[in-house]
Amino acid sequence: MAAGASVRSRRLLDRGRAWLGHHRTVARESLATLLRNWLTSTMTWLAIGIALALPAILYLILVNVGNVSGEWEGKPRITLYLEDNVSSVDGKAFAKEIEDRETVESTHYVSAEEALDEFKALSGFGEVVDSLDDNPLPAVIIVAPAVSEPARLKLIIAALEDENHVTSASMDLKWIERLYAIIGFGQRLVAALGAFLALGVLLIIGNTIRLAIENRRDEIEVVKLVGGTDAFVRRPFLYLGLWYGLGGAIIAWLLVQISLMFLAAPVQRLVQSYGNQFSISGLGVTESLVLWTGGSILGVLGALLAVSRHLHEIEPH
Amino acid sequence: MIRFDQVSKRYAEGTEALSRVSFELADGDMAFLTGHSGAGKSTLLKLIMLMERASQGQVFVLGANLNRLSRRQIPRLRSNVGVVFQNHQLLFDRTVYDNVALPLTISGYQAREVGRRVRAALSKVGLSGKEKKYPITLSGGEQQRVGIARAVVNKPPLLLADEPTGNLDPDLSREIMELFDQFNQVGVTVLVASHDLDLVQSMARRRFDLNEGRIEEVPVADTDLQAH
Repeated sequence: MAAGASVRSRRLLDRGRAWLGHHRTVARESLATLLRNWLTSTMTWLAIGIALALPAILYLILVNVGNVSGEWEGKPRITLYLEDNVSSVDGKAFAKEIEDRETVESTHYVSAEEALDEFKALSGFGEVVDSLDDNPLPAVIIVAPAVSEPARLKLIIAALEDENHVTSASMDLKWIERLYAIIGFGQRLVAALGAFLALGVLLIIGNTIRLAIENRRDEIEVVKLVGGTDAFVRRPFLYLGLWYGLGGAIIAWLLVQISLMFLAAPVQRLVQSYGNQFSISGLGVTESLVLWTGGSILGVLGALLAVSRHLHEIEPH
Repeated sequence: MIRFDQVSKRYAEGTEALSRVSFELADGDMAFLTGHSGAGKSTLLKLIMLMERASQGQVFVLGANLNRLSRRQIPRLRSNVGVVFQNHQLLFDRTVYDNVALPLTISGYQAREVGRRVRAALSKVGLSGKEKKYPITLSGGEQQRVGIARAVVNKPPLLLADEPTGNLDPDLSREIMELFDQFNQVGVTVLVASHDLDLVQSMARRRFDLNEGRIEEVPVADTDLQAH
């Protein structure tokens, strides 16, 4: 009994090993076929690569724009206009107090005199200002908030306006809201474009596999005739799809990295002209893995699509 | 092993290839199927392989009622039936070894076992040492032997052949037929379709004659009388 069981389990093991061996053989042979016809394969790989590179590049642009806006020196600044009767000592103390809050990164107190001097220097209305008896400008506190989301900024401004010494608080929220709207739009665009191009990749691979099936019609008939199961007949085509998808993803990865190198210098100059330090971020390890796995999955899916549609039509006759 | 029970096959275009065919081939038996081309020989073999399905009647092969076999069960049937065709059905971009090994690879044999069995099958058909050659470099008779090696490498209990000597000269044809005879002697059930009446009669085996879709067994004594 025990001997019978061990023989049976060994047979099962042998079959498992043979099955794995066949997968290895098919994987190697299908890759060898692609490399043998390298010119046509490269064409397909390039087409898939370009289709995958487009959304990847858009995605990177989005990530980088997000980074830039995050590190922007001209981050949102809230201006608090203080009441006239607040002394400069009280004003500075108040600025210190605000600075300790969690929602605030830093503050800067500008007295009424400093404000007037700055105005004279920048506006070119120096003489007009000199002729005034009183300083018409209030003291202000410039607040740099710790957050940049429009919704949370609105709450912070409302809270500050309620403070004792403050007459009003103001900030140009518009540009931040616009930037966020643009990023939101960009994310949608990447998702939509990604979906369209993924569908395109699916069709490219499906069509290529369909041709491969057509080319090997005789072979499929013979294999079915000597007892090949559907899984057995399908296997080489699924591996073909895998190699197309993975190869395309690697080309896409190269295209993205080359485009970034090409863009890096001008972007650097542009950012520096705003007085900022910024380095462009490319595809990280995770993102690269996502690209490669995604490409491979698309390849296998495209092959499945073609195989399920066309393999049933081919029967020995 | 094979039993046909009132089997008819009509094709979509309306021609009746087989009509009310009944016959039985026992385990370990060997028989020939004769008749003019178009008499329904190929159709009958195709029904056994489930390359076609009967329009009427029942076909039993290896104990299974083929009418009840689903599409998914077909590979299992086919891996138990070796087939040899007139046009060989070889893969011309694969070596002789790969061609013969195909049924074993499908059945999931390990590489070492595959090698042993392929060499045994090739030696049986007299093609030892031709493993690495491509079928296109072989003669017609040798290609047919590769086809036979592929059909028997899996040691199937049933072997079918459709005009296996169609393109060969008389001497080669006789050698091929004798090969089938040898397989039968080690227990394989064999059914060979052939229009070469002289050759079939000289083999002195059971013979079924198909004529316009109708089958009739010709007694062995009769064929001997006709031959002499």
